[in-house]
Amino acid sequence: MRYVEEFRDPTKARALLKAIARSAETLGASRAAPIRIMEICGGHTHSIFRYGLDKLVHEGIEFIHGPGCPVCVLPRSRVDEAVALAERPGVIFTTFGDAMRVPGTSRSLLQAKAQGADVRTVYSPLDALELARRHPDREVIFFGLGFETTTPSTALSVQQAASEGLTNFSVFVNHITVPPPLKALLEDPHMLLDGFVGPGHVSMVIGTHPYDFIARDYGKPLVVAGFEPLDLLQSVLMVLKQIRDGRAEIENQYARVVPEHGNPVSLAAIEAVYEPRPSFEWRGLGEIDASGLRMREAFRAFDAEARFQVGYGAPQGRAQVPDPEGCACGQVMTGRMKPTACPQFGRGCTPDTPLGALMVSSEGACAAYWTYGGARVAAE
Amino acid sequence: MNAASKPSRLRDTHVTLSHGGGGRAMRDLIEEVFTDVFRPEGDEDQARLTDAALATPGARLAFTTDSFVVTPLEFPGGDIGKLAVCGTVNDLAVGGARPLWLSAAFIIEEGTEIALLRRIVASMAREAEAAGVRIVTGDTKVVGRGSGDGVFITTSGVGVIPAGRDLGAARIREGDVALVNGVLGDHGATILAARGDLALSTPLESDCQSLTHLMEAVLAAAPGTRAARDATRGGLASTLNEMAEAAGVTVELDEAALPLRTEVKGLCEILGLDPLYLANEGTLVLFVPEAEAEAALAAMRAIPAGRDAAIVGRAGPRGAVPVTMRTAFGGQRIVDMLVGEQLPRIC
Amino acid sequence: MCLGIPGQIIAISDPARQMGLAEISGVRREVSLAPVADRPLDRLVGEWVLIHVGFAMAVIDAAEAAATLEALRELGEAQEALDQMAEGDRALAASPAPAEGAA
Repeated sequence: MRYVEEFRDPTKARALLKAIARSAETLGASRAAPIRIMEICGGHTHSIFRYGLDKLVHEGIEFIHGPGCPVCVLPRSRVDEAVALAERPGVIFTTFGDAMRVPGTSRSLLQAKAQGADVRTVYSPLDALELARRHPDREVIFFGLGFETTTPSTALSVQQAASEGLTNFSVFVNHITVPPPLKALLEDPHMLLDGFVGPGHVSMVIGTHPYDFIARDYGKPLVVAGFEPLDLLQSVLMVLKQIRDGRAEIENQYARVVPEHGNPVSLAAIEAVYEPRPSFEWRGLGEIDASGLRMREAFRAFDAEARFQVGYGAPQGRAQVPDPEGCACGQVMTGRMKPTACPQFGRGCTPDTPLGALMVSSEGACAAYWTYGGARVAAE
Repeated sequence: MNAASKPSRLRDTHVTLSHGGGGRAMRDLIEEVFTDVFRPEGDEDQARLTDAALATPGARLAFTTDSFVVTPLEFPGGDIGKLAVCGTVNDLAVGGARPLWLSAAFIIEEGTEIALLRRIVASMAREAEAAGVRIVTGDTKVVGRGSGDGVFITTSGVGVIPAGRDLGAARIREGDVALVNGVLGDHGATILAARGDLALSTPLESDCQSLTHLMEAVLAAAPGTRAARDATRGGLASTLNEMAEAAGVTVELDEAALPLRTEVKGLCEILGLDPLYLANEGTLVLFVPEAEAEAALAAMRAIPAGRDAAIVGRAGPRGAVPVTMRTAFGGQRIVDMLVGEQLPRIC
Repeated sequence: MCLGIPGQIIAISDPARQMGLAEISGVRREVSLAPVADRPLDRLVGEWVLIHVGFAMAVIDAAEAAATLEALRELGEAQEALDQMAEGDRALAASPAPAEGAA
């Protein structure tokens, strides 16, 4: 596959690993005193484990897994609200597969489906739109998940629905933005990070400038990275070079896909359809100001929360739902705890019986540790 | 077939509840659509069967059953009928048995097109002939609309394991070599695409095929073969986990050696799936002693069902993690059992 | 987050809706070209794009991809040169191999 295989070349990887090791040595990094690099994006977490990069890089490099998994950061209450929407009579509830198994307070979407709700997995919001066209007598709701990468797809779909005059299509909006939680993490005095690997596909939409504050205000390097193993390793090396040179800059390793100023059409669509919510609840981080999006007044007809008066659209306000007892997803999600340090990891919480989303989503740090054996191979 | 030469008594184009009511409509459906095709010589039901192989000292009877549900009922490379024959034939074959007889029981949803039933039955008859088995008994039931998904089929199969043959996962030893007879995941990928709700089009076809002849060729070339399993639901990953656990060994796969079609890889990249967990319906995994690995490989490659055969891994000593994979990138990762069903993902 | 994969646009299927046919390793799917439709649609045929949830989110820059790979190739050569120097100096330094650390 073009643009994929070339970036998985083991020979080039060996050279990168050596260069990383040399840099780490020069910087005096060791297992006891590692250089801590946060990969913000869950897709990077997935790649790190899929290719075993955590075990291949020099022991002085520690990957801290960031909050960039849109399913993992959803609080349980949002899953409950999705289930409530899905169970309304006459509704076809459409979702990306990622959200199907995430546990709510009493059930997941998959369980709601088994109990009779019409829940369908789709690949694209365009497929939900197509269902709305084909079933004019049904309400088709799309579970709008994701960061800036995915937001344009629902914005463009809603614009398309508006232009076609579709009145039975709406989006349960859970779109969130990357910079606010990063700021929250950087403000946390317990987070000791030396640099960041930045999310490549978010950046293809928003460009590299929204991260400027990280270098300017917090003095940390950030390198926007692609998702193949060579992309990740090269980005780690670029972060190390910045540290060695005493620089803190926003650099772009993924220039083949990420333009400096992002994608103007996508940004315009987001701007036209969405506006920031005053605040949005994140699992493990609580309510963060201006970190989530909602539909603008002009598109309120397509906003499932307003239309069906649930969640932030409920007249009585939203119910807060605490995480299940013993679930440390919040701490793991924000990099304060390694998945294996969670008392429930592999005991009360496995992919078969997940307590929290981090064990469900393939991007969740816990599921990645479990699936690719970060924990179990190490334990041998 | 004989059915074609007789005037048809079936007036309906779709199955109704009266086709399951025990009266004339049911008799007409069963005779015209099923028994005339499966038993053109007009055998009686309640099969009384004889086979010389059964009388051979040391020979053992093999008996298996499986139910088949699939959406859509017809897909590129096969249909539920072909699946129902191949599935049961392969269960027998991978146990070392020569499949002889099948039963076929149908649960048909009211409203199913009779022309579709005829196609399914014709496909079963064709596949049974190719696999060298006879469909000797069967049953039909009709359920109301909404109580089924078109057609469900249960097939049971009887075969004979010749004297001296003893295949079983418990016989796998450290150092044994794991082989597959062909590309992985074609069936699962084909079905995903054929359902249509993901709007993906591929040139893929299901790998659905009988493995009787392939197994006989392998056992002739590599008589020390320890065990074989068809890697159906849960894919190669789940099958290997079961075998490794039964044998008390570990298995290490070599990612670079896994035979995968470009399109299956592409579909997996698009939907975020792992081809190791995609179902196969004509792909088996074998363990043979190292000394016979090349012979087994050559025997498979010599016939169409084994054209893409490959050595994919090796059994190692008992360990905490049953199946791991040496990645093409040089790392090692766990290959666990499948949790639930694989769902397309965006992240 | 955000699974995205490269695919090639092989046809424009519905110009009014800005839809095109993309091919990814022999698998075809209709995708929205809206995010990259800031140029005439027919100029997109043959281009490689990054596809996410059914949308072509970016046109992949072939020159940038080649530049990245070239930089990696040069890095490989530089590492080899460093290795040779290190071999000469082996008496002086006993530097640990990178891959053995995190077993």
